[in-house]
Amino acid sequence: MIGIVSYGTYIPKYRIKVEEIAKIWGEDAESIKRGLNVYEKSVPDIDEDTATISVEAAREALKRCDICKDDIGAVFVGSESHPYAVKPTATIVGDALNLNGFFYAADLEFACKAGTAGIQNCIALVKSGMIRYGLAIGSDTSQGAPGDPLEYSASAGGSAFIIGENNVIAEVKDTLSFTTDTPDFWRREGQRYPSHGGRFTGEPAYFRHVLTAAKTIMQRNCLKADDFTYAVFHMPNGKFPVRVANQLGFKKEQIELGLVVRYIGNTYSASSLIGFSAVLDYAKPEDRILLTSFGSGAGSDAFIFEVTDEIHSIERNPKVWDKIKNCVYIDYGIYAKFRGKIKMR
Amino acid sequence: MLPRFWRKIKYRYNLIGSKCKNCETLYYPPRNICPKCRRRGEMEELELWDEGRVISYTIVHETSDDFKLNVPYIIALIKLENGVIITSQVVCNPSEIKIGMKVKPVFRKYGEDGEDGVIYYGTKFVPAD
Amino acid sequence: MRVAIVGVGQTKFGELWDKGFRDIVIEAGIEALEDANLSGDEIEALYIGNMSGGRYLGQEHISALIADYSGLTELHIPSVRVETGDASGGSALREAYLAVLSGMYDVVIAAGAEKVTDVGPELAMDIMASTADREWEGFVGATLPALYALIAKMHMERYSTREEDLAMVAVKNHKNAINNPKAQFRREISIDTVMNSPYIAEPLKVFDCAPISDGASVVILASEEMARKLTDTPVYIDSIVQASDYVALQSREDITTMKSVVYSARKAYKLSRISPNDVDVAEVHDSFTIAEIMAYEDLGFCKKGEGAKLIREGETEIGGRIPVNPSGGLKACGHAVGATGIRQAVEITLQLRGDAGKRQVDAEIGLALNIGGTGGTAVVTIFRR
Repeated sequence: MIGIVSYGTYIPKYRIKVEEIAKIWGEDAESIKRGLNVYEKSVPDIDEDTATISVEAAREALKRCDICKDDIGAVFVGSESHPYAVKPTATIVGDALNLNGFFYAADLEFACKAGTAGIQNCIALVKSGMIRYGLAIGSDTSQGAPGDPLEYSASAGGSAFIIGENNVIAEVKDTLSFTTDTPDFWRREGQRYPSHGGRFTGEPAYFRHVLTAAKTIMQRNCLKADDFTYAVFHMPNGKFPVRVANQLGFKKEQIELGLVVRYIGNTYSASSLIGFSAVLDYAKPEDRILLTSFGSGAGSDAFIFEVTDEIHSIERNPKVWDKIKNCVYIDYGIYAKFRGKIKMR
Repeated sequence: MLPRFWRKIKYRYNLIGSKCKNCETLYYPPRNICPKCRRRGEMEELELWDEGRVISYTIVHETSDDFKLNVPYIIALIKLENGVIITSQVVCNPSEIKIGMKVKPVFRKYGEDGEDGVIYYGTKFVPAD
Repeated sequence: MRVAIVGVGQTKFGELWDKGFRDIVIEAGIEALEDANLSGDEIEALYIGNMSGGRYLGQEHISALIADYSGLTELHIPSVRVETGDASGGSALREAYLAVLSGMYDVVIAAGAEKVTDVGPELAMDIMASTADREWEGFVGATLPALYALIAKMHMERYSTREEDLAMVAVKNHKNAINNPKAQFRREISIDTVMNSPYIAEPLKVFDCAPISDGASVVILASEEMARKLTDTPVYIDSIVQASDYVALQSREDITTMKSVVYSARKAYKLSRISPNDVDVAEVHDSFTIAEIMAYEDLGFCKKGEGAKLIREGETEIGGRIPVNPSGGLKACGHAVGATGIRQAVEITLQLRGDAGKRQVDAEIGLALNIGGTGGTAVVTIFRR
């Protein structure tokens, strides 16, 4: 049986409210909140980045289970905000976990779905017998240009998964990816902030890929929405995942637990994974979970997981929702300083 | 400065110290020679993951260029449960810090060699509860 | 065999914008030679306390450079730079003392010099932090004031020392400096001045910290025999002891005491066959006000934990039981890093000779305490008239 052996998450404690950002740009906070269904977002501290967030999430995952660190044969860090353009984040994570050096390491980038891409890679490596355990991390400190609508949602967080064959808490029953060349969101080399196609990011990008991936994996496993306890979709805002869930026939109760975006924003590579972790926090044996990520550019990875009895054997506290609630609000000035938006010289 | 930082990565990213096999004293940062046993001693590396308590602290307001953006920041002496004392930054609101406060290690950025230089990561502490 | 100080000189300490490193060394040197009534030909060796010529000036090998610009080139005498952080001056004095004591030389110069203000305050702060452990203290952002603040905080916690007590040290030293024409700050301040100044590293404020200063100081040492020929008022170095300790605070069992100071003081008292009570005047290393409070305790002027009481009761003022820092100390006279230890020797010499003018203390035995970093090095010198 291959699946998740352990998981950990990290959400920076700072939050900025939509009102605070809207005030700066002279926009109407209420209509933005209605439009996006996002109320506030997480902000990393001045000394936090994708590497530190990845390490914290990975350390939690390791602490929660009882595996020998030396058996970790692969580390993938998926992010669109790697601290270095050239030089891996995965090596930082490996050394910060004090791994023994004999592990395969790679940084992945596929907008918001690089984290799930890492999970798929780990599944394949474990399945092939090349490694015993793989560590897949989705982590980001994403940025929106000042004044861009993205600024209301682009946030920071990380989620780490240990994939293996023993003591699996959630078995991977199936996974697939749907990918096309759809330039809905991008950042050119050397550019500080990303660009996007506005409303073009919706129908031809997010909806087409998420729906296709989710529908196909459900069909080929002969499963309907009712057969799932929970469903989690990538959350660029609070509206898209809800609309997709409705179209696929999921009910509010199935998606509510994983809908973390309203309070922490879009954590990009960690978005669907933090939602999935929030679900795992409360999952019971035999629960079936649909996870579908989305990465601009564009593609979706879909997974079907079944929770096992082992779920009770690992520590699941503190829970994602506890971390979401444990927060400190900051104003736009501090936010601008933390995020390097102030030109120093 | 690059090789100098790299050489200690293991001990900065993790709280790896040393223990004298002869007198069992723990040291962080690691030492090559036990100052109590000298040639009679023998050092081995040890992970010192532990929570600790703040035994003294200061809130820094004026500093060198490297830490300007972090001001005000907290420097503390932290005594781990195993007795080892560490000088580190504590990340919390300056109004929260107290002597005796329980703290735990976290992985954070300490600085960088300019915007185009290498990034220095290391261990800081945050309130434990 | 005894070693005597036969001449002293020093520049004014402070922001000496119009003077370079070479200028200040020469100025102090000439003053010392004049004081000793020497031509310069008699000098057999130079020992120079300088902490960081390399970082302040980008100039190493300042030993030969000083010999060169002091006009001593053609004597081809040995010149050595001595570095023990901001105890460099004290250590240079000790090396010079040992050189004469060994019988090798009859007349040597012990100098201290630092040109700091050519770099900005941020870089100066960074350079001072290098007197502590760069890898494990400097790396995490622990500046020198931050480390002394950790010491102060623990001292306050354990011995109920108050921020006001620390302030009293600054007030006393500023008051003393009014009568020192070589001092950087010659104006009275009040407790409120100190208490209302902004924090550098809590609980230490701007007025708890010695300033950034340029300065040079020189003493000329001679063998006892030579000294008798040169002067009627020799001041003898009775004993000089240097000790070291763990450089990083985290390695010490107790940071409210400096073992290097305790050890060197104890040994110096023993060598001089005196007790702390016999000391009539002292110049101590008040780079931060807490350091002076701790010096009272570690030098044995009072019991451990009673340093604050000593300053509160006025015992260390001029006219008190044991006047400390009649020159104004590092706080008001200025802290020209490597020059400080020699400047302390200059002050004690003037005091024992009776040449200290309006700040004169009645004294036969004097003591100087020069500290490197947070106590990684301490040099205690006992002087006798």
